[in-house]
Amino acid sequence: MAHGTAAVAKVDSPRSPYVRRKTTRGNYELYSWIFMRASGVVLLVLIFGHLFVNLMVGEGVHAIDFAFVGGKWSNPMWQVWDLLMLWLAMIHGTNGVRTIINDYATRDMTRLVLKGLLYLAFTVVVVLGTLVIFTFDACPPDAPAELLASFCTA
Amino acid sequence: MTATLEAAAPSPAGEIPSFTVTMRIRRFNPEVSDEPTWEDFTVEAHGTDRVLDALHKIKWDMDGSLTFRRSCAHGVCGSDAMRINGRNRLACKTLLKDVNPDKPITVEPIKGLPVVKDLVVDMEPFFASYREIMPFLITTGNEPSKERYQSPEDRARFDDTTKCILCAACTSSCPVFWTDGQYFGPAAIVNAHRFIFDSRDEGGSQRLEILNDKEGVWRCRTTFNCTEACPRGIEVTKAIQEVKRAMITRAF
Repeated sequence: MAHGTAAVAKVDSPRSPYVRRKTTRGNYELYSWIFMRASGVVLLVLIFGHLFVNLMVGEGVHAIDFAFVGGKWSNPMWQVWDLLMLWLAMIHGTNGVRTIINDYATRDMTRLVLKGLLYLAFTVVVVLGTLVIFTFDACPPDAPAELLASFCTA
Repeated sequence: MTATLEAAAPSPAGEIPSFTVTMRIRRFNPEVSDEPTWEDFTVEAHGTDRVLDALHKIKWDMDGSLTFRRSCAHGVCGSDAMRINGRNRLACKTLLKDVNPDKPITVEPIKGLPVVKDLVVDMEPFFASYREIMPFLITTGNEPSKERYQSPEDRARFDDTTKCILCAACTSSCPVFWTDGQYFGPAAIVNAHRFIFDSRDEGGSQRLEILNDKEGVWRCRTTFNCTEACPRGIEVTKAIQEVKRAMITRAF
């Protein structure tokens, strides 16, 4: 467009950032959309199962101590349960916050920094949590026997 | 139309109640200032007047520099979408008495598109998205020698989305579009829907491919702003969901 005056040319400038920068086609957002729904349903079962077993069965909340947790994590079923809960909840939550950042951050730099922090937090929590679930020692040596689970005989 | 309008004007007053209304209009003139300002106009209006009539009165009798778009003035061309009392509407379809004339009526340009002057926005980013989804019939093979037959049931499948007048009321009401203008926007998806679900069209999968984008249908958060804003009553959010569903069924 050839405009005669500088004043008119000034109007044109706000136009540039509104052009779509690049096409970002692919199934990534499709799978993430489906994952959010599927993991949401699975998490409902996992979390309410977790709450029910920890807080209501038997003595309920009063039964929770080191031995109780140690007993649970010596059982492969609960290891898998908690691992699944950890991973699904973390991916589900991180993906949710990622979409929120995409929606609300107006500047690319803000978006980059916020997402960087988010992915860092995700990595720390998931690595630490996974490590704990698999390396947890229910029967640490030199611990008073009354604090440990019943199967610790050392 | 002109004849009837002129005939109606000299009819005895009192038949239709008249009242004064304050129009609070967001003015912007880049040649004067980079900052938009609010300006109040007090207009004498009839009970049958629309927001567009009040704008005409201002432009014709009070301040000729007021700038806005309107073409047909009867809700079909989609030129005069604006933000009236905080909601996107067509000025030519909104009666003053329906937007509480007791208080000042605010009129702003639609959001998310660059303002050129006063109520006129640059529609180019909006039409760019529209062009991207290829809003035309795509077929293969030889052209038939007669009509491309379509049953009434097949026609009904996409009837709702044929009503779009490209006024941009939906796209400029979408909070996701406001953020950075990268989202395709509801209007582009509605017009893609119109062809994706047309039994005569064979470009459906291409269009799904185009909208299966990070800035495509998956950025829709189903806030229903678009459905509320549509002056044609198109169920916009429903159309977007149908496109999403078509993508999922295609992927699995």
